[in-house]
Amino acid sequence: MITSHAITSSLKNIILLALFGSLLTACASNSTQDQDADIQEPAVVATPIDQAPTEVVDEPIADLLETVFYFDFDQSTLKAATRAALDAQAARLRTTDGSVRLEGHADERGTREYNLALGERRAKAVADYLAIQGVSRARMEVVSYGEERPISLRSDDNGWSLNRRVELK
Amino acid sequence: MRLAVVLRSVVLFIGAVALAVSSYADLTIEITEGVDNPTKIAIVPFMHRGKPLEADLAAIIAADLARTGQFQVLPRSGMLGLPRSEDEVFYRDWRSLGVEYLLIGRTSLQNQRLELAFDLFDVHRQQRVLGQRHANTVLELRGLAHGVSDSVYEKLTGIEGVFATRMAYVSVNGDPTSGRSHRLIVADADGARPREILKSDEPILSPDWSPDGRHIAYVSFETNRPAIYRQEIASGIRQQLTAFRGLNGAPAWSPDGQRMAMVLSRDGNPEIYVMELATEKLTRITNHYAIDTEPDWTPDGRSLVFTSDRGGKPQIYQVALDSGAVRRLTHRGSYNAAAQVLADGKSMVMVHRDNGAYHIAWQEFDTERLIVLTRSDLDESPSIAPNGSMLLFATKYKQRGVLAAVALDGGFKYRLPSPNSDVQEPAWSPKM
Repeated sequence: MITSHAITSSLKNIILLALFGSLLTACASNSTQDQDADIQEPAVVATPIDQAPTEVVDEPIADLLETVFYFDFDQSTLKAATRAALDAQAARLRTTDGSVRLEGHADERGTREYNLALGERRAKAVADYLAIQGVSRARMEVVSYGEERPISLRSDDNGWSLNRRVELK
Repeated sequence: MRLAVVLRSVVLFIGAVALAVSSYADLTIEITEGVDNPTKIAIVPFMHRGKPLEADLAAIIAADLARTGQFQVLPRSGMLGLPRSEDEVFYRDWRSLGVEYLLIGRTSLQNQRLELAFDLFDVHRQQRVLGQRHANTVLELRGLAHGVSDSVYEKLTGIEGVFATRMAYVSVNGDPTSGRSHRLIVADADGARPREILKSDEPILSPDWSPDGRHIAYVSFETNRPAIYRQEIASGIRQQLTAFRGLNGAPAWSPDGQRMAMVLSRDGNPEIYVMELATEKLTRITNHYAIDTEPDWTPDGRSLVFTSDRGGKPQIYQVALDSGAVRRLTHRGSYNAAAQVLADGKSMVMVHRDNGAYHIAWQEFDTERLIVLTRSDLDESPSIAPNGSMLLFATKYKQRGVLAAVALDGGFKYRLPSPNSDVQEPAWSPKM
């Protein structure tokens, strides 16, 4: 008896709290509805489980695109797969604005300053390709880190191939 | 056989010295290759009166001389006596040990005044060849010991000693996932007394000393872009010299300290510029769509050598500053970079790729005679000692970045391993 009564009373409390809570939410929604309507609506449709309704709508698509492009040893020419990935990036970038940072990297072989120049040449190759695809050069910044920011610390072909890259940010 | 045994004892002896100073030195010295006919010298522990000294001066001097490769230092355990003055020297005993020169010394410390006297003897001629007295109120013991090493070295080789010089290097800790910290360090040339002069989460590279040894220029990515800075070592005061769009790299002070050569890609691709430091006025030196980088001055200040891939692969070129005339200096191998010109102005050291491995090589400008000095792989960043006898470089050892040194004749090498950092980008200071 004692136990079931306790359950009943706590259930009552929960229901009361829920009602009070929904009242508060309703008030809050009313007061901000006009301002947030535009942003909230597509977000709710695109990401019903997302906790943050102010997310930009095309973010989930951008996540699927390649943002790291790899290069052969001592080369700055774009591979066929990189061109295809950059086509998709260019298509996305043509529909958005904001700045794009292209970070060029090299593997550890050779001298550090030469590798800075090599990393810049790679990042510029990516920038040139995106520009041809209609992305404004004014939006793009090229920064080379040379061999100073490796992904892998391994001194072998596997490590080096991961480090010869351009990252789009 | 006998040489190998003696060399091992030199290494053991140096090891003991390294242990003794490890509380304030994070780079220690491991001799990895010796020369065939080093001069045999004995350095007797100095007799001391008064308050005990915090450093073993004779041990520092012994380590200095051993580090040149030109001397083989007799271990203390092999000494038959410990003479304190000339009348206690028994030449016959030292000759029986194969010792050619003998150094003895006396120190005293009273009322913060340190006195030092030392004598150098030629064992075969049985005579004193050098003797000096020093008094010092500043208890700078390591500097004092290096000064004695300089005097002994100059007397016996005729070459200026550089034991009291320093080096700058970059120390990197951490891994790519958790983030890496970068520290610019200035230490004594033997690795002792390291001092951090800059720390950053972003890369630091290309340190270069001003000719007076008071400033260091370097590249720092602390603003998320590369920029060239000039820092006064004593005060830590610094200025950002360049922050152009693109590369800002490879600073190199001119021999007179008034100008700085550098690489900027603000006009589209990497070109060599010279900045007048008083006015910060820039003059563009190269003009080519290829990579031009890593300038270094010839001693007369009238031309620069630099790395360029204008011929398809990186090679060393020389440009005259007055006429702009460019000539190619290297033709052997498909990768020659980061040249440093020797004091004679007629030869250089550089990174040279040979069968896929990166070594340090020496090359004469005109004859193109080339000698590969190192056998390790991934060798880079050569920096020549101010007396031209040795060079520091960076290499990999047991998966870590380490500094190493090699004699310009290639016969002698040592390594300066660090227990827990990747060490790179050595720059040997001028003589101060």
